[in-house]
Amino acid sequence: MAVTSSIALVAAGCSAGSLGSSSDAGSAGGSAAAVTITYLIPNDDATAAQTKAVIAAFQAANPGITINTDTRPGGTDGDNIIKTRLATGDMAEVFQYNNGSLLQAIKPEQNLTALDDQPWAGQLDDNFAASSKGTDGKLYGGPIGTAFGGGVLYNIPVYKKLGLEIPKTWDEFMANSKKIKDAGGVDPVEQTYGESWTSQLFVLGDYANVEAAVPDFATKYTANQAGYANTPAALAGFEHIQAVKDAGYLNKDFASATLNDGMKAVATGEAAQYPQLGGSAANIENLAPGKTNDVGMFALPGNDPASNNLTVWPGTSALYIPKSAEGDKLDAAKKFLTFVTTQQGCDAAIQGSPPQGPFLSKACTLPSTVSQVAKDTQAYFDAGHATPALEFKSPVKGPNLEQICIQVGTGQESAAQAAALYDKDVKKQAQQLNLPGWD
Amino acid sequence: MASTTSTPEATRAAPAEPAPKSRGSRRRGPYPYWFLIIPGVIYVVFFVVPTLTSFYFSFTRWDLFTSRWIGLDNYRTFFQEQALVIGLRNTLIYAVLTSGLKVVLGMALAIALTSRIIARGYLRSVIFFPVLVSAIGVGLTFTVLMNPEKGLINNALGHVGVDGPGWLTNPSLALISVALVDVWKGVGLATVIYIAGLVSIAGEYNEAAQVDGASRWQLFRTITLPLVRPATASVITLSLIGGLRSFDLIYAMTKGGPGFASDVIASVIYKQYQAGFYGLSTAGSVVLFLLVTLIVVPLTRWLNRAED
Repeated sequence: MAVTSSIALVAAGCSAGSLGSSSDAGSAGGSAAAVTITYLIPNDDATAAQTKAVIAAFQAANPGITINTDTRPGGTDGDNIIKTRLATGDMAEVFQYNNGSLLQAIKPEQNLTALDDQPWAGQLDDNFAASSKGTDGKLYGGPIGTAFGGGVLYNIPVYKKLGLEIPKTWDEFMANSKKIKDAGGVDPVEQTYGESWTSQLFVLGDYANVEAAVPDFATKYTANQAGYANTPAALAGFEHIQAVKDAGYLNKDFASATLNDGMKAVATGEAAQYPQLGGSAANIENLAPGKTNDVGMFALPGNDPASNNLTVWPGTSALYIPKSAEGDKLDAAKKFLTFVTTQQGCDAAIQGSPPQGPFLSKACTLPSTVSQVAKDTQAYFDAGHATPALEFKSPVKGPNLEQICIQVGTGQESAAQAAALYDKDVKKQAQQLNLPGWD
Repeated sequence: MASTTSTPEATRAAPAEPAPKSRGSRRRGPYPYWFLIIPGVIYVVFFVVPTLTSFYFSFTRWDLFTSRWIGLDNYRTFFQEQALVIGLRNTLIYAVLTSGLKVVLGMALAIALTSRIIARGYLRSVIFFPVLVSAIGVGLTFTVLMNPEKGLINNALGHVGVDGPGWLTNPSLALISVALVDVWKGVGLATVIYIAGLVSIAGEYNEAAQVDGASRWQLFRTITLPLVRPATASVITLSLIGGLRSFDLIYAMTKGGPGFASDVIASVIYKQYQAGFYGLSTAGSVVLFLLVTLIVVPLTRWLNRAED
């Protein structure tokens, strides 16, 4: 199946590639001639709005360059399109793709243009820069948009009405949930397994607590010396999924609800708490107009209140230039990346998709009015309580975590069994990447 | 009629005994062998080469950029997958359930639709209509209808005082729900095959039996059932192959979930591919190929032998 589809894509790639090169030859003659490049983005609404605003601002500042957009699906389908287009030399001149663990799977050293010599390379957020490098230590990704946290989105009016404090330990979180349940009318914890990736936050968002308890977890994990099943702090994430389900704190439609249902519920106060990526809060204004500032965010609570850090995503994506971009097009692509790191570019990006955390380029500052989620996230950054998610510290990430979390959340597996299953699941990824210690 | 509607798989698997005369005369006919070169090249390039390369890649760790020979490791990993063990069981349940129901319902509908009933032609087209709709469209539609809180099915059940289950969200029900939709979608084809089989039964048999005083049940059991046997063989073969390879409807409706509860081999293979484990996914395809062959070839042999 994979073979036939890749052959078909190779065939398709050839024709598109040759069309591209013929127009190359035409434009190469004139030095300041108009250049057209393509920018490949994921097809979600927030990215589309962001891209539109950024391109408009860029083209206004650079009249000689036209940028067309091309879209791809998100998730693993999108990953495959990226890999196939890179493998066939048919990649757009600029594309948006994950940094962190998924970056290694597209072999940046082999397929991408190194960007260390770019003027903005020294101004990057350190976590972003670290997670946008290849195994050779070179920088391959440029920043777009803002960082965000992964924690618990909560409804501020519900918290105020019931006089609740932001929980710093898991026990406090469960106590809050109990009070919300007892008060009636509001679901204490929202879960949305209808869109399966949303099920992972209890595990992924808990990483800051794991690292606080076991500082060298990421290194040992990458080397196959520590896993979720045999590290109590890591296992806690799976236990939390089970705990909220067993306590009956979930919304009734948890098995079929989707991300938008969940965001709407927590924004309107139908649900009080929703473990989620802060980036998802950018869409609240569309789902529940006027409710943006009713939603705040806190870090997933762990055992130790003193080290309750927020797990953060220094951008889930970065901008990359493939090796196949050359000449004028390469220059245009680099110009575009540079523009995105300027204040002008940053402003355009958040105009399309409101910021949920600090910018990834130190050259940019946030506007004075930002959403509550962004303020809460920023506070963790300012206090030095932000820890990048495991996927930015280790290339090992199993593909089935979302299904395994749902197995726990629907009562098919216990937390301990699920952690063991996930440890098995990551083995395939590690072997695929040829990491030492996994054979 | 029945044999013309069967797929290439079915006819290939069947021993090629029919019409030896015409084939013999064609061999000595005016068409030389080089006429076969073009289709032969197409067959080799698009079928044989991909099949052989996929056998090769199933023994490698392959990331589309480079591949490394790892022997049987992919097969070992594949058989250790929890999802696969569930998937294997689910595949068999799904295939047997759908093909069983298609045989029973298809025959019942065909008998009803060959009897003298009102609006027979219209009803026949109603039964056949779902076959024409894309599996993804059917899947998405039923996903909406089967939504436990907002879906039409549970709303309707609610009106008569029944608290409908989470058709697709209850782990122990999801696979069966999808299988039922598959039957709804596919039973039309089975019905058409049976109708063809039924109308080809000569009326004299029934008349003779009626003269001897046979009851309706006896007519069905001793005349209809044995004589539609070729149709039954076609329906079983077709729906079993379809069931073993089924993917589109399951993926559209549950994506194999909740968790891995409705995963089948084909969806496990697809997920490995999605995750970027191309070698592993290819190994899965080889496993599926062997499984279908191991089940369907002996079954077809047996069904066709019993026909004689």
